[in-house]
Amino acid sequence: MNIWELILISLIKILLTVTVMLLTVSYLVYFERRISAWAQNRLGPNRVGWQGVLQPFADVLKLLLKEDIVPVVANKPIHTLAPIIALFVAFTTYAVIPIGGTLSILGYSIPLVVADINIGILYVLALTSLGVYAITFAGWSSGSKYSLLGGIRSSAQMISYEISMGFSIGGVLLFAESLRPYAIVQSQGALLWNAWIQPLGFITFVVSAFAETNRLPFDLPEAEPELVGGFHTEYSSMKFAGFFLAEYANMIIASAMIVTLYLGGYNLPFINVDLLGLSNILVILIQVLSFLIKTAALLFFFIWVRWSLPRFRYDQLMNLGWKVMFPLSLINIIWVAALIMIFKL
Amino acid sequence: MAVKKREKDLTFWERIYIPEIVKGLSLTLKNMFKPKFTMKYPEEKFIPPASYRGRPVLVMEENGEERCVACGLCSRVCPALAIEVQAGETEREKERYPEKFEINMIRCIFCGFCEEVCPEEAIVMSKDYELAFSKREEAIYGKDKLLVPVHQVQDRIDFLRSYK
Repeated sequence: MNIWELILISLIKILLTVTVMLLTVSYLVYFERRISAWAQNRLGPNRVGWQGVLQPFADVLKLLLKEDIVPVVANKPIHTLAPIIALFVAFTTYAVIPIGGTLSILGYSIPLVVADINIGILYVLALTSLGVYAITFAGWSSGSKYSLLGGIRSSAQMISYEISMGFSIGGVLLFAESLRPYAIVQSQGALLWNAWIQPLGFITFVVSAFAETNRLPFDLPEAEPELVGGFHTEYSSMKFAGFFLAEYANMIIASAMIVTLYLGGYNLPFINVDLLGLSNILVILIQVLSFLIKTAALLFFFIWVRWSLPRFRYDQLMNLGWKVMFPLSLINIIWVAALIMIFKL
Repeated sequence: MAVKKREKDLTFWERIYIPEIVKGLSLTLKNMFKPKFTMKYPEEKFIPPASYRGRPVLVMEENGEERCVACGLCSRVCPALAIEVQAGETEREKERYPEKFEINMIRCIFCGFCEEVCPEEAIVMSKDYELAFSKREEAIYGKDKLLVPVHQVQDRIDFLRSYK
């Protein structure tokens, strides 16, 4: 494989990932509205196209046509930069998450991940922490007290939950002995998924993922009843759409990360596909499908939780983060270390 | 200041949240499969009961004459000053009739005082709730739009009589 082929294949992968992400994000918004409606015995948007499937396109068109308003007191460059950071972080993180094994086609062997780097998990952690800047900048540069409060809450929340998130990932890394997402998926295989081995770590990671993506029960940065719109109060038009897209893209990343780290990635449960003697293409197809189904189920879970649980108060959030989640994730690390010592895994 | 004590503390299972979260989630999941309350509006329409106060209308007898005697009580009682009446003389038994009867539907607040005060049961609230205008002039309803045959508002008249 020479350099040009490598670049071409990478470009195709990037294009595919971004397109699928954008489509998924817009349909996620649609499903959020439908599922929320069903949970409240309503129908939800069902007019634009069959069962409202064209609703996302109508929404995007509407947002594009809206006037872009920047407050007079706003810091203009940073006000513009904030949604760009949010989108950048949301879309680049996906580069390291593998959606299937290695595809052999036309004499090439292509791993189904945009960038198979050996510090993958570190890369995800680093980029998701950059996401705090988007929200903090947005809150601070808007020149509005509600936005500022939203931004402050967001930074405090994300910093405190990142710690328990990092520590719960620690348990996974102890097992996999690698930061490479592929190695982590392969270390889990078909049976020993991290969710079964370390349920504590799984729970703390899922809860922290909710907090990191600013989803309800932890959506304090936007908290509509108290902060109008939170950090994006002063945003309109496509800049607002940027934050909106970033929130949903973050949801996808969080679910994909949970799948990769705890639910066996692209592996089928209890069946080792590699041993079934199927052709490479079929194996890859099954793997990609199982990854997508797992991610979709988690996305449904995210939406389902949002429409079931009330929002935490700010002090409760901090209590939970520092006094419950943090110790639990530490206990999880000790538990995993003990397991490794006893069973010499 | 009286200190109100908590009736009882949360139990251990309630404090670790997770069973309660599962309870809440199962409730919303159950509701997702229940029949929906939404009415698909332009296709299905809501038919209000007789007690509903929709657009006020003037009652027209079977022979095409209005009941209204243009006493002006409705216009007098109207809190939003939406009704304008101009009386005229006629050879008919009731001697008076409204030459002009206009209700400004932008002003009307659907309080129903006009129908309560009317001595002739001539103005009643109908079931019509589809009121949309594209111009302000369209919102001023004259006699042509207000007069409605008596059989169309009969159940409202019966409802009013049962409460008088």
